[in-house]
Amino acid sequence: MKITKKDVEHVATLARLRFDEGEVELFTDQLNKIMEYFEKLKNVDTTGVVPSTHAVDLSNAFREDAVKKSLPSDESLKNAPDSEQTFFKVPKIIEV
Amino acid sequence: MTKQLYQMTIHELNKLLEDKKVSSGEIVESVFKRIESVEEKVHAYITLTYDLAMQHARDADGRILRKEAGFLTGIPLAIKDIICISGVKTTCGSKMLENFIPPYDATVIKKIKSQSAVFAGKTNMDEFAMGSSNETSFFGPARNPWDTERIPGGSSGGSAAAVAADECIASLGSDTGGSIRQPASHCGVVGLKPTYGRVSRFGLIAFASSLDQIGPVTKDVEDAAILLNCISGFDPMDSTSVNREVPDYTKALVKNAKGLTLGIPKEYFVEGLDPEVEKAVRDGIREIEKQGAKIKEISLPHTQYAVAVYYLIAPAEACSNLARYDGVKYGYRSDCKSNLREMYEITRSEGFGPEVKRRIMLGTYALSAGYYDAYYKKASQVRTLICRDFENAFKECDLVVTPTAPAPAYRVGEKISDPLSMYLDDIFTVPANLAGLPCISVPCGFNDKGLPMGLQGIGNLFEEEKVLRCAYCFEQNTDWHLRRPFKDAVSAC
Repeated sequence: MKITKKDVEHVATLARLRFDEGEVELFTDQLNKIMEYFEKLKNVDTTGVVPSTHAVDLSNAFREDAVKKSLPSDESLKNAPDSEQTFFKVPKIIEV
Repeated sequence: MTKQLYQMTIHELNKLLEDKKVSSGEIVESVFKRIESVEEKVHAYITLTYDLAMQHARDADGRILRKEAGFLTGIPLAIKDIICISGVKTTCGSKMLENFIPPYDATVIKKIKSQSAVFAGKTNMDEFAMGSSNETSFFGPARNPWDTERIPGGSSGGSAAAVAADECIASLGSDTGGSIRQPASHCGVVGLKPTYGRVSRFGLIAFASSLDQIGPVTKDVEDAAILLNCISGFDPMDSTSVNREVPDYTKALVKNAKGLTLGIPKEYFVEGLDPEVEKAVRDGIREIEKQGAKIKEISLPHTQYAVAVYYLIAPAEACSNLARYDGVKYGYRSDCKSNLREMYEITRSEGFGPEVKRRIMLGTYALSAGYYDAYYKKASQVRTLICRDFENAFKECDLVVTPTAPAPAYRVGEKISDPLSMYLDDIFTVPANLAGLPCISVPCGFNDKGLPMGLQGIGNLFEEEKVLRCAYCFEQNTDWHLRRPFKDAVSAC
């Protein structure tokens, strides 16, 4: 199945990316070539095969629900592009 | 000519330090003089931390005087710029994190600091570890010290180049689909990827969480065992780290291969494999056979699907991991201030490079409504079959031995416009990540252009000891690991 420019624009929106016309064309072309290569997986019979999300057996890791030391807020905010008091600051979310 | 300090290994320097023949400060000075003379050509580092290194060296020298030294005390290490060191800029090779200063240490860094090792700097890498050539680094690629017109490999290309060019004593890299082993192979050094869960990933900036693993890049196998001893072990901060005893890996280093059976998978010796690489690897296998190993041809029938599986699973995990770069909590933010949504989109579009965007797009597409079953789920099922291939193989052999990369290092720029052909080069390294297996690349020869080639040993889960033993036995009976680039640049430091 062919990926169209519209698909690329839709996926870019989902991924919160923006592309200009040239980039959309390049990505459409490259993604098509890559996805076409992936088609070879269709040749593998996977009936009844359980998918692996990890290679090593893992189960949920629980710990006591105890309060532990964490980063103080001023340390946590040090790398923030913008902050105020103990908050991260972002541009307007809702237009009034 | 006597060896300069910067040319030495961890175990050689450890002895000199313990015998008080040199100080850590002298080693640091020697390494930084070497950096000064070759770094301009190699570009192995993104950040150099000379002042910090000298401070660490003073701590280390004090500790040695008090007879409290460990194996890594006073040894200058280079750390891939994807591993957080508190207070030291950690960029991940990206504009997105150009000015990011972590407020905490990765667990591996804590462990290394507890032995008073010295940090020489942070090494160059493909952006967010996405690339096999170092060309996607926002800061410009590291170069192969054997031929600076060529790539050092990736993504831990800076680490491998720094070790090969003697710009550090040893290094830590990370390996998601070959990112330690492939550059080690291209630069003629040793690279080890431990079993998934052997080493804590806490403080390793995430790329694909079910595949990422930190490991050593070193001048010889003994150093790899020494570093692995230090960084291994369970960590409550990484719920995928495995609670299992850590053996003394240096005890596994014996010079014969008696009792080991090597499996040679026929699917790895196929068309597309460079003939010089094939010959070097086959000669290497014969050498290990001479040291007592049995050789057996085996089959890993799903090998041909590994690249497709990897390039669906890794980008799927990556697009989710990289959602955190939104210009809010840390990292780059675009100047645009109109509204939140636009800020996210423009920040991400300006902060990420083309390869990272390509993988985010691939992953997002593969996970999007209507395609999940056909791509992500299918890939995860074939991943199970790849794991089973190895389970079956390890019923008849102790180790799987293969080439690390299908060909030696190519020229900078040669493949950058053809992402698929670059992905296909990962064919021999990605299967071990998908199956979580420990594996190593050791130098096994040079081609007619003088470029190094690597032999890969893959072991069963948590059988790092066998992997190290086989590599050590091979290395000690050959001298490929003793060759170094920049012969003329060796000066009295």
